[in-house]
Amino acid sequence: MSATIREVRDAIRSGTRSAADVCSDALARIEQANPSLNAFNTVVADRAMARAREIDKDPDRWRSAPLAGVPVALKDNLCTRGVRTTASSRMLEHYVPPYDATVVARLEDAGAVIVGKTNCDEFAMGSSNENSAFGPVRNPWALDRIPGGTSGGSAAAVAAGLTPVALGSDTGGSIRQPAALCGVVGLKPTYGRVSRYGLIAHASSLDQIGPLARTVHDVAVTLGVLAGPDPADATSAAEPVPDYTAALTGDVRDIRIGVPRALLEGIDAEVARATDAALERLRLRGATLVDVDLPHARYATPVYYLVSTAEASSNLARYDGVRYGFRAKDDGPNTKDRGLRGMYARTRAQGFGPEVKRRIMLGTYVLSAGYYDAYYLKAQRARTLILRDYDRAFEQVDVVAMPTSPTPAVRIGERVSNPVQMYLMDVFTVSANLSGLPAISVPCGFTGGSGTAQAGGSPSSDGGLPIGLQLMGRRFDEATLLRIADAYERDTEWPTQPPLPIPSR
Amino acid sequence: MPAGFTRDQIAAIAALAHLDLDAAEIDLFARQLGEILEYAEVVQQLDTAGVQPTSSVTGSHLSDRADEVQPSIDRDEALAGAPDAAVDAGFFRVPRVLG
Repeated sequence: MSATIREVRDAIRSGTRSAADVCSDALARIEQANPSLNAFNTVVADRAMARAREIDKDPDRWRSAPLAGVPVALKDNLCTRGVRTTASSRMLEHYVPPYDATVVARLEDAGAVIVGKTNCDEFAMGSSNENSAFGPVRNPWALDRIPGGTSGGSAAAVAAGLTPVALGSDTGGSIRQPAALCGVVGLKPTYGRVSRYGLIAHASSLDQIGPLARTVHDVAVTLGVLAGPDPADATSAAEPVPDYTAALTGDVRDIRIGVPRALLEGIDAEVARATDAALERLRLRGATLVDVDLPHARYATPVYYLVSTAEASSNLARYDGVRYGFRAKDDGPNTKDRGLRGMYARTRAQGFGPEVKRRIMLGTYVLSAGYYDAYYLKAQRARTLILRDYDRAFEQVDVVAMPTSPTPAVRIGERVSNPVQMYLMDVFTVSANLSGLPAISVPCGFTGGSGTAQAGGSPSSDGGLPIGLQLMGRRFDEATLLRIADAYERDTEWPTQPPLPIPSR
Repeated sequence: MPAGFTRDQIAAIAALAHLDLDAAEIDLFARQLGEILEYAEVVQQLDTAGVQPTSSVTGSHLSDRADEVQPSIDRDEALAGAPDAAVDAGFFRVPRVLG
């Protein structure tokens, strides 16, 4: 079983374990669990072992590196030089990037050992990980359920103890929602906090990269490695990067937490109960709870699906079968247009899955002449109103708290045929992307009281499913989010790993 | 606002998006795009008169940098991922463009 960053670092520093030991344990766990979880698209065992041995060879160089010898999994939409990067799409099934994403370079500079690329929804579009061209990821707490999406493989890998930390990307909740549904911590940093160079673009005004881990401390350490400006990403911010671990004081007596009560009506009863109980814990620690009003929050999900699909349709125009990725081979007799445009259209029809096509279609429509003002421009104006709600709230409070997901993990297949039902899973997460604000999801309990799922997940049980508390903060104030989440974590003893062993298939 | 889409409308959008959809996909998307937009119709009720649109939340922190030549990806490496490339000539190859 994989430990936390702190445990791995302590073991390596004290000489109890080598980086190679830690790495081979992680690889063995992945080999055992991946057939049932489908969390990894690619595992780079040889490369990882070589890297771990390199770190073992030069302990002086790596002594103070924050992630030296720590196994890390990367969502498969982060480019890795020489390692295939698929975005879980047929379009990029054999794509080998000629460069590393900035976050990959920063992780390696900090000593991380990259073990593989995690499964996700195709081009990070979805809420359940069912849109992967390589099959759904399964939730380690209940194998018949979704892990959430789109960073479902990263969340499942961390939850199952395959790696202490994984990176995800979050366009509408894709780090936080799977973190909540898999019982781990997930942070979407402020827009601009982390460079997106080398992230396969979904919606450029919304996308951010962030860490998933089992403890708030590990998320803080990893954010410190990732954050900071990058000349290769003009949207990365020059804001100073504080020592995030120094913020973890356990003291929340000065904190005012805003609770948008009106927004929480009609959510799952167990999610509501767990959220209230978590807020009560924070109140007992000295935080003040304040009711806040976010009058435009109920427009956030439809606004998100107008804005994000418009941006996606534009971003995904690059997949044309010319420079890299898949090209349709069919030049057969039934093909109407055997020229360039016909090749484009066939390549895209065969290379993209249903949800990606649906979003490209919707985005193309809302940007098209005659409809642009009514849909896209209208949504952008509504986005301003949603942003202003938060600006106003942050005049009174330091953070806004709400559940991460309105329900615990649903069963695989339960919502897949109804796009609107699927999109409603994002109601609490999309606002942070539309407003660019940082947001964290921290485990706050389980369904069915204190019960936990049966070994490997019981298909008939509704109990034992993780629930996440979400905190949204001021722009570039990740430190306060981490401080509150850590203080809460100190008061809880939720099981941090699913019942083992996960059955091999 | 259209509550549903005709097949012709969907085919027109697919042509703009360079997607060669089959008949079943056209029928499916005609229904689903209508449902999604019906769900999004609530946005139309918002009074946004005089509200500026937000296209980006970068605010003031976008920074300029010096326009200096930096190392870039080697040409052969850039061509290596292409489905069809004339590596010696240094070109991507595509089907014919003109009739």
